[in-house]
Amino acid sequence: MSFQPVKFYQTGTLTVGNRLLAPDERSVQANQMRSNSINSGHRACQGCGEALGARYAIDAAMAESNGQLIAVNATGCLEVFSTPYPESSWQVPWIHSLFGNAPAVATGVMAAMKVKGKTEVRVVAQGGDGGTTDIGFGCLSGMFERNDDVLYICYDNEAYMNTGVQRSSATPPAARTATTMPVGAEPGNVFGQGKNVPEIAMAHNIPYVATATVADLRDLEFKVRKAMRMHGARYIQVFVPCPLGWGTASHDTIRMARLAKETGMFPVFEAEHGEVISVLKIRHRLPVEDYLQPQKRFAHLFGKHAHPETVARIQAIADRNIRKYGLLSEESS
Amino acid sequence: MLKQTEGSKAVAEAIALCRPEVICAYPISPQTHIVEALGEMVKSGELMPCEFINVESEFAAMSVAIGASAAGARSYTATASQGLLFMVEAVYNASGLGLPIVMTVANRAIGAPINIWNDHSDSLSQRDSGWMQLFAETNQEAVDLHIQAFRLAEELSMPIMVCMDGFILTHAFERVDIPSQEQVDAYLPPFDPRQVLDPAEPVSIGAMVGPEAFMEVKYLAHAKQMQALELIPQLSAEFKKVFGRDSGGLVRTYCADDAETMIVAMGSVLGTIKDTVDEMRAEGHKIGVLGIVSYRPFPLAEVRAALMNCKRFIVLEKSLAVGMGGIVATDVRMAVTGTGLKGFTAIAGLGGRPIPKASLHKLFRQAEKEELPPVTFLDLDWDAVNKQLERERQNRHSGPIAENILHDKGIVSAKFG
Ligand SMILES: Cc1ncc(C[n+]2csc(CCOP(=O)(O)OP(=O)(O)O)c2C)c(N)n1
Ligand code: SF4
Ligand SMILES: [Mg+2]
Repeated sequence: MSFQPVKFYQTGTLTVGNRLLAPDERSVQANQMRSNSINSGHRACQGCGEALGARYAIDAAMAESNGQLIAVNATGCLEVFSTPYPESSWQVPWIHSLFGNAPAVATGVMAAMKVKGKTEVRVVAQGGDGGTTDIGFGCLSGMFERNDDVLYICYDNEAYMNTGVQRSSATPPAARTATTMPVGAEPGNVFGQGKNVPEIAMAHNIPYVATATVADLRDLEFKVRKAMRMHGARYIQVFVPCPLGWGTASHDTIRMARLAKETGMFPVFEAEHGEVISVLKIRHRLPVEDYLQPQKRFAHLFGKHAHPETVARIQAIADRNIRKYGLLSEESS
Repeated sequence: MLKQTEGSKAVAEAIALCRPEVICAYPISPQTHIVEALGEMVKSGELMPCEFINVESEFAAMSVAIGASAAGARSYTATASQGLLFMVEAVYNASGLGLPIVMTVANRAIGAPINIWNDHSDSLSQRDSGWMQLFAETNQEAVDLHIQAFRLAEELSMPIMVCMDGFILTHAFERVDIPSQEQVDAYLPPFDPRQVLDPAEPVSIGAMVGPEAFMEVKYLAHAKQMQALELIPQLSAEFKKVFGRDSGGLVRTYCADDAETMIVAMGSVLGTIKDTVDEMRAEGHKIGVLGIVSYRPFPLAEVRAALMNCKRFIVLEKSLAVGMGGIVATDVRMAVTGTGLKGFTAIAGLGGRPIPKASLHKLFRQAEKEELPPVTFLDLDWDAVNKQLERERQNRHSGPIAENILHDKGIVSAKFG
């Protein structure tokens, strides 16, 4: 079931059909000359949000850098599903070193380009939420603090997917993972923990921090292209649903991402030098149940042994996000 | 040019002469003076083009070096002890990817108990990491080995550690001949990488490899070190032609020709050993020395050849394989397999414990008479050890070991001269 009936000639949205746009306004993916940085044939699960997000992000970065791009990858699903021969899908110079060092490796690549005078070559580092918010956090903060000329993209699927869905510091409260099982007094991941890395990135006063979701791919492309026009340390966290880890239908990946945004669970915004400069407003405000209920990782909150008070606590988080980032507009209904 | 200078400063100057393009460093004693000097050279513009990156950890230092090297830049870092351990995952990664990074290890003990002084536990813990390891005996050799190291690493596309004793070498002022830029340029061509991240020719580096190819990749790392066994003597010979000095090579012998007792060691302690041997020779003892320069690859054949004609040997090492004995000794014994040679191990100098000539005299004389146990702990304070063992027998809650020992010993700083 799709989120809403397809409407042609939508206004006030970035999802307008490419055919209606001037060629230079069309999406990177709509262009037949796009770089196809990640070829088809990789091993990602059907409906993998990370594969989709990475494809859009890296192609956009390629377009903005005129193909002068080097990508650094942390260990994780993206690296594992895209490299085993004969399914290696990278059409850009690409290096994977370790789980926790992608930002530092990217700094090294950047330094090499600088010393060789190849300033046209740009560097993107990427990793999952675990690689970013947990094990790679020291290197990430170091790269931010030095304001190294690297765009870091975190594909946030809210857990360690590659090792079988364990909790990370990006896992939301109440979510079931293999290490936060829905048992005991407070089933699933506990409340009051976790790290908001976009905000921590902002605290480094780096030139650009943004969040995006795979529901708004034009927005993602826009932010990556904008980030690529800037220099210094830049950070984009892309919300990428994981059908396998979340227990959602493969065809619901975009819908789940949209629901996360529309409920206020995942605020989508841009910040420059530590100040929020824009937010993607909620179009139709929805209760968090709409987002939680289709996901098996939250199944214990509903049904026979429902936990309405836990759902209310999650709603409070969404409400706080909405207040804090001003996610409602006149149009939000 | 001859200079009276600090070991670290001399090494920094040698590194600069090698035209490194990316230097990353995180401070740890006794490595600090090397990277401080390099940082200043980069900042002042004396060393250019070069990027000097102040990273947030040793793990990041090695990771930056990995990225820079994979992108085709000559990359250098330095560390020691806890710093080396902190970067271990990246150390293995650099060699696994075949990146010719050069790293100075200012050898220092590993805690706990935390200790800043010299022994070889740090780099020896990385013996199986796929990195080559060369050990300098003097500051001159440290300078020379670094220049050879870049050649060797880049020729084989494999990383290398140049190990120099912390404080004993790094902080010692002595006369060092610093080569000229022309000499170094004649010896060390610009870095021409085997693999490089380049948008013009995209490659994937560090892809996932399964059982179908993993063993081959690992074997090739071994094969490269076997090639290094041939290359190291060649590079040392070539070095002599350009710089007019014998430096490097796989092993070095001293008074070995007619020696019945051979002392095997690595690093700066070879100086004290040679002095002791000189004195014993003067008294008619048939004793000689084998210094191992290349610890990885380990020159089995050269070690065997050097020991073939003696009657017994003693490996004196600044490292301990806890639960086993010697680390270097194990390799040396492997080299002499089947010869029936009598071998002893002496663990000495851990955590900077001095290795005075008087103790060596005693040790070597006992070795000559074959009166040593298989493993000797040189100058170990048995009273302190036994007291603590007794304490543990008496009291289940005997408390922290190091604190107990320190308490028993009282104020000891004056005891070691
Ligand atoms: C040092 C280290 N610790 C643990 C692992 C195991 N590991 C590999 S991928 C992974 C999970 C990755 O999670 P995340 O970064 O969120 O990426 P995802 O797979 O979810 O896209 C883990 C724990 C590792 N490779 N290296
Ligand atoms: S487990 Fe999740 S993140 Fe990994 S490939 Fe499958 S859908 Fe993508
Ligand atoms: Mg994840």
